[in-house]
Amino acid sequence: MNTLTLLDAINAALAWELAHDDNVVLFGEDIGKNGGVFRATLGLQERFGEQRVLDAPLAETQIAGMAIGMAAQGLRPVCEIQFAGFMYSTFDHLINHAARLRHRTRGRLSCPMVLRTPVGGGIHAPEHHGESPEAWLAHTPGLKVVSPSSPARAYGLLLAAIRDPDPVIFLEPTRLYRLLKEPVADNGEALPLGAAFTLREGCDVTLVSWGASVLETLQAAEQLAEQGVSAEVIDVASLKPLDMPTILASVAKTGRCVIVHEAARQCGVGAEIAANLASEGLMSLLAPVERVTGFDTPLPLARLEDEYLPSVARILAAVERVRAY
Amino acid sequence: MIPIAEFRVPYTRFLDAHGHLASPPPDFQPHDLLPVYRAMALTRAFDAKAVALQRTGQLRTYPSSLGQEAVTVGLASVMRAEDVLLPTYRETGAMLWRGVRMQELLLYWSGDERGSDFAGPREDFPIAVPIASQCGHAVGVGFAFQYRRQPRVAVVTLGDGATSKGDFYEAMNTAGAWRLPVVFVVTNNQWAISLPARKQTAAATFAQKAIAAGIPGEQCDGNDILAVRDCIGRALERARVGDGPSLIECVTYRLSDHTTADDARRYRAQDEVSAAWALEPLARLRHFLVDQKLWSKQDEETLLADNQAAVSAAAADYLATPPQALSTLFDYLYAELPADLAAQRQQLLTERGQA
Ligand SMILES: Cc1ncc(C[n+]2csc(CCOP(=O)(O)OP(=O)(O)O)c2C)c(N)n1
Ligand SMILES: [Mg+2]
Repeated sequence: MNTLTLLDAINAALAWELAHDDNVVLFGEDIGKNGGVFRATLGLQERFGEQRVLDAPLAETQIAGMAIGMAAQGLRPVCEIQFAGFMYSTFDHLINHAARLRHRTRGRLSCPMVLRTPVGGGIHAPEHHGESPEAWLAHTPGLKVVSPSSPARAYGLLLAAIRDPDPVIFLEPTRLYRLLKEPVADNGEALPLGAAFTLREGCDVTLVSWGASVLETLQAAEQLAEQGVSAEVIDVASLKPLDMPTILASVAKTGRCVIVHEAARQCGVGAEIAANLASEGLMSLLAPVERVTGFDTPLPLARLEDEYLPSVARILAAVERVRAY
Repeated sequence: MIPIAEFRVPYTRFLDAHGHLASPPPDFQPHDLLPVYRAMALTRAFDAKAVALQRTGQLRTYPSSLGQEAVTVGLASVMRAEDVLLPTYRETGAMLWRGVRMQELLLYWSGDERGSDFAGPREDFPIAVPIASQCGHAVGVGFAFQYRRQPRVAVVTLGDGATSKGDFYEAMNTAGAWRLPVVFVVTNNQWAISLPARKQTAAATFAQKAIAAGIPGEQCDGNDILAVRDCIGRALERARVGDGPSLIECVTYRLSDHTTADDARRYRAQDEVSAAWALEPLARLRHFLVDQKLWSKQDEETLLADNQAAVSAAAADYLATPPQALSTLFDYLYAELPADLAAQRQQLLTERGQA
């Protein structure tokens, strides 16, 4: 088994699927010779040719639009948007078409496309390069939304996304691209979409997170363990559909829940999880559900960026509050 | 078959690559070019300083305009102060000409929002990072000028890559339909990160993209400051007197990496870059000025020294700028801060011991 970064794992999953399914076509800005600005598609054009790995003109609306056309034709388009901040112009296509092509045609046509894009802050990139758009997407009926937080999950979930019969938005946490390495079996085995991953078992409090924030959440759990507090850590991974049974079962055990996400708080996916806990898990809750999130402001530019992101200290403070309740 | 419509795309160049002037533009006064030359040289010095600051960890990602100085300074030099510029991220020369200070630009590229709150020109737009989005705004600015019957022009800049975005076509079309005072300047530096212009479009020129919008489209040698000033100057005049929008394509070359985060050697041949150096705008203009006896070796040495001093002083100023207050995360989001946000603001300040 090779030890891969999250970027390597994405590259490996794309390569696997290109090699095993002729219908898979990759396109996006600078993904060919340059291998993408983060190098997620490094070497793929060279290996699979310009017919299957294409540099698209600079036009995100068009990238999403043609993915829909290809998908309706039975291809498996995997498009890349260079940064999530530049995907907003794709929303017309994602919301009006990709998400409802199957529904509108009563199953006659469908849209098995994948849109990959780097998300999140913490790399001190320029303006609009650190967006966390998952809530906009998870709000859209008909889409699936996934965000991996480790190389192995990136590999397995991306394979699942490409093989899925419906449109999947695949949000890759930029901050984790090169940060973590782990052994990943490059064997073409997918992980299930719509399932959360319990990364650490515990009985005192449930910590729920996804994407890059899983990192700080795990660090917080580690520190809590040193203080004798046993935290269960769940990586939601699939933001739509949401695996509430796993979260509810955990909270039934711990009675306390802290949700951690980088996106702004209001109407974030954390609110959806909290609402579900209130309606389905009220009797197991021993304390109000806490959210540790970005503020309801745009992500600040580099100088103040770190003030915005959920930190281990903020997570620990929230755990303190739910335990003291 | 008979042609139902015919179009042409004019091309303008006055100074050849060696700085020889074949025939001058109308009303040409060579000494008008001295401040322009100085500004182009300052832009180059600033770019070099910014890249050096980035390389030493004192600045974040920076997009150099190396090789494009004639376009960026040229377009600003024919605008009026009361016109409005809607720039991309590679318009350092234009922004400096219009009065943005070097330390303000450095602040922006260090990841400090105050860099977009430049002391002047107050109505110019901040740098647009989402490609081509500024085109739509320019139409709105042009509309406001027309609505108030002001003889002002909105000048929007974009790259060759940006012309692939719908925003650009939508903006040109609307500006054309309403005859708005807007000038679209396409800086064709022949690359959009790793994509060469010939793979961006099947069109022979970017200027011809104006034709379908029913507005004039012209191409010029973007390394010839005379051509840039002439074409954009005429477009500004048309717009100012109510003759509507134009598109000017300036053909130049991105001599630098896309940004400091890019390594262009991965995707383009060194030969091509070397060949482009032979066409660069600054030496071309200098040769002309020297030929005209308007510029000497001594002038050049003084200018280089002055520019070095100016960019170093600006860098020192920038580095000495105290950080923004934490509360600025919230303070400018709304005219009046809603109560829930005020609570978040308080939470942050308390957490950081600043309450
Ligand atoms: C909508 C959007 N998509 C993608 C990007 C990422 N990006 C930044 S610059 C660039 C290339 C732009 O090329 P061009 O318009 O030719 O301008 P140049 O950089 O050459 O000045 C890309 C793809 C972006 N900033 N905005
Ligand atoms: Mg370009």
